[in-house]
Amino acid sequence: MSFLGKITLDAIPLHDPILVVTMIGIALGGLILLGLITKYKKWGVLWHGWITSVDHKRLGVMYIILALIMLFRGFSDAILMRSQLALATNGSPGYLPPEHYDQIFTAHGVIMIIFMAMPFMVGLMNIILPLQIGARDVAFPFLNNLSFWLTASGAILMNISLVFGEFAKTGWVAYPPLSELTFSPGVGVDYYIWALQISGLGTLLTSVNFLVTVFKMRAPGMTLMKMPIFTWTCTWANILIAASFPILTAVLAMLTLDRYMDFHFFTNDLGGNSMMYINLFWAWGHPEVYILVLPAFGIFSEIISTFTGKRLFGYKSMIYASGAISILGFVVWLHHFFTMGSSANVNAFFGVMTMIIAVPTGVKLFNWLFTIYRGRLRITVPVLWTLGFMVTFTIGGMTGVLLAIPGADYVLHNSLFLIAHFHNTIIGGAVFGYLAGFAFWFPKAMGFKLNEKWGKVSFWCWIVGFFVAFMPLYVLGFLGMTRRLNHTNTPEWNFWLYLAAVGAIIIMFGIIAQVIQLYVSFRDREALDDETGDPWNGHTLEWATASPPQAYNFAVIPHVDDIDAWTDMKEKGQAYITKSSYSPIHMPKNTSAGVLMGAALTIFCFAMVWHIWWLAGAGLIGAIAVFIKRCYCNDVDYYVQPDEILETEQAFNLSGREGVKA
Amino acid sequence: MLIRNLCNIALASIVLTLSGCKGGVLDPKGQIGYDEKNLIIIATVLMLLVVIPVIVMTLYFAWKYRDTQTHEIYAPKWAHSTKIEAVVWAVPIIIVIILGVITWESTHRLDPYKPLEGKGEHITVEVVSLNWKWLFIYPEQGIATVNELVFPTNVPVEFKITSESTMNSFFIPQLGSQIYSMAGMQTKLHLIANEPGTFKGISANYSGAGFSGMKFNAIATPTQAGFDDWVSNVKAQGNTLTKDAYYQLAEPTENHPVTYYGNVEDNLFHTIIMKFMVHMSGKSDISEMKGMDHKMDEHADHSGHSEHSEHSAHSSHTQGEE
Repeated sequence: MSFLGKITLDAIPLHDPILVVTMIGIALGGLILLGLITKYKKWGVLWHGWITSVDHKRLGVMYIILALIMLFRGFSDAILMRSQLALATNGSPGYLPPEHYDQIFTAHGVIMIIFMAMPFMVGLMNIILPLQIGARDVAFPFLNNLSFWLTASGAILMNISLVFGEFAKTGWVAYPPLSELTFSPGVGVDYYIWALQISGLGTLLTSVNFLVTVFKMRAPGMTLMKMPIFTWTCTWANILIAASFPILTAVLAMLTLDRYMDFHFFTNDLGGNSMMYINLFWAWGHPEVYILVLPAFGIFSEIISTFTGKRLFGYKSMIYASGAISILGFVVWLHHFFTMGSSANVNAFFGVMTMIIAVPTGVKLFNWLFTIYRGRLRITVPVLWTLGFMVTFTIGGMTGVLLAIPGADYVLHNSLFLIAHFHNTIIGGAVFGYLAGFAFWFPKAMGFKLNEKWGKVSFWCWIVGFFVAFMPLYVLGFLGMTRRLNHTNTPEWNFWLYLAAVGAIIIMFGIIAQVIQLYVSFRDREALDDETGDPWNGHTLEWATASPPQAYNFAVIPHVDDIDAWTDMKEKGQAYITKSSYSPIHMPKNTSAGVLMGAALTIFCFAMVWHIWWLAGAGLIGAIAVFIKRCYCNDVDYYVQPDEILETEQAFNLSGREGVKA
Repeated sequence: MLIRNLCNIALASIVLTLSGCKGGVLDPKGQIGYDEKNLIIIATVLMLLVVIPVIVMTLYFAWKYRDTQTHEIYAPKWAHSTKIEAVVWAVPIIIVIILGVITWESTHRLDPYKPLEGKGEHITVEVVSLNWKWLFIYPEQGIATVNELVFPTNVPVEFKITSESTMNSFFIPQLGSQIYSMAGMQTKLHLIANEPGTFKGISANYSGAGFSGMKFNAIATPTQAGFDDWVSNVKAQGNTLTKDAYYQLAEPTENHPVTYYGNVEDNLFHTIIMKFMVHMSGKSDISEMKGMDHKMDEHADHSGHSEHSEHSAHSSHTQGEE
């Protein structure tokens, strides 16, 4: 094996004009960014304030920045696909040959689920969950930093594949035997394996971290049945992660052994069987969609209850419904392959189990409706996203139940109807939820509110664009169009394909409006300043802190007597009280171990992809060495002194009380 | 009443929009397809009973209880009502029970492995998905074709399906159900055309670069005589699909033209399925062609495929133990 493994000059796709332009763009953008950081002398701030930070709020912000960057990448892929399919009609080949197009739809799926939706969800959870339960940080702050860098490593690896080599051409599920060495000899599937493996590890560590945080670090008085609903849905999601991500880890490890060491778990020959991969993949994959959507349900619950100025209707019902969804989520995986030839009993069982999930989901929708009932609904941007979700998701749920009927799935499976269905639930459910949460909690994280006008423009573009882009796909599914086609030759489909492309462009305007919104809000941040820390008259403890919160979150850990703890404190006159003296607060110190381990493991994974064994060994040993050094490090904490706390609290409580009076 | 009217309007508009569509799964030409279309419509209408009220209530409540409507009742601490809770749990439960019964019944009735009852003798077609084309072997007629499938109208067809390499899905949208094709395994599908015509056939599972061109025409001849004529026409071609010819054919190609074989080597379909069961063939030409490892003693009684279900790979399993 040569010094550089499988890398040759051909690995850099200089023959593809689209990729060359992209590479030049990324290089220029990167240089400008580096130049600006150097010019404004921000390297120190970046390193000490963010990269090495173990503060859950800062890590949350970094997760969301990662998610937004990956949203741009994943959405660019979507635009490429929709324009290819709009151009490649009537037998025309379009402008993307299968060689390139097949990588794009694979990358789109992986990026949107693993590197956009997951970091967005984890980011919101990071910022809000410890605040909601009255904690000063998560249980394991260093682990939290490491989790972020492992996720970022996966994303970096994924993007390296754009410049070096190729990405998988297998679809985001990477079913063998297509993903085996025989049919995918390139490095694409290897990039897929390592990017998912390393970010999956980060996600798993996050779930353990937050489960411990929730079970061990709640404020006194906060029993489980007094936890805020968002914390509850995140907890269910974390239980799902802890139970399902090891399956992904294992199935990817087996595929790795097949590809690297000539094992035969999933090959056609020597006793392998691809059906095992497909079962295991979805035993992770189906819980995964509930991992994405349950926290979004929690966000909608918080928003509806806050902006109607009302308690959440059916709090207990909501918790039990989320629990039912989590548990049932594990016994439905087979509905992803009714067409594999299982017996009628097996198919019917999984079909019925799947539609039972519609019951708790339906209950949730009714509970949101009855929260609005007899409330005073302020139609803000987060509320618009919530209402848009309730309408859109109901349709997506209906088509999901339809697909759960094996007899219907036999003709709709793998068709564009399926594509429309899961975008209907993932965009209409999860993404709308994250964007709602983004608008809702932005002032908490950044200290100023987002511009409402551009937020509304963005919402309307997104929702109109969504319906224009995806309703045609339902029709195309009925017309017999299957997924992952590179070009078509059926004139009846053309109109719907054009319409779907128009829809994607409308969504693009929605994304542009969000960028403008961020710019305008940053420009007008003085006017949009949130001085009270409680801009929406919130119900839960995150609003009891300053915006952005003090590094230690709470000078004194509050005592909780009610589900809506902050509303309760405000009513009892316990809000914005400055004490005469404070005890010192024990806080974790920043550490560079997370980012260094992330970097070393990125090198390890990259070297594994290209079979550069010496470098892989160096990367792995490096990561382990950093970890051992960190384990023996004693300088991991510090105390915030009482004078400093008093000063901070006085200033915050004063502006809080003034804000309330005004 | 409002709800019922809305349902009717929705149903009418769905039927109008979609039955106008030619050539899809809502324009079926055979019994399985008819049944599946009806199933889709019945289930959709049932679900609209909940979906439409939820959407209407969402918009109505949001409008009625917006913050400027200060004359409306405001109950900030009201958060529980056993009556409402009972209703919101009961309504979806009832709908799901009805749908569940329909699902259980229809899944058994539409089981792709079940021969079609009361339709007379089935003809058998053995289907092999290759990169990237479809091979159809007619064991009873002793012929084979590539990318063209012909059978008589009103005669049920039994498809035995396997794959040479990657997984595909054998699907003729206007006739109904699809089933995966998987290497080393056999799946089954029973379909019938009740109207003559030419229908599009596709692979509905992505299988690599040439996947988009993996199309064939499924032609239902109006009469048995028409089918017999077509068979004798194919037979007249003369060329034989031997094992060697098969491996040549199995080389990856895209947009493969329709090809006829007047003769087929005996048991070719069986050989294609069994080529991964190395112990039976020794250093056979097949496994050499695939460049496989020959550690067959370790796999003397390998039966990894039989776990699939009672139907699949049944023949390969029993015969593999010979």
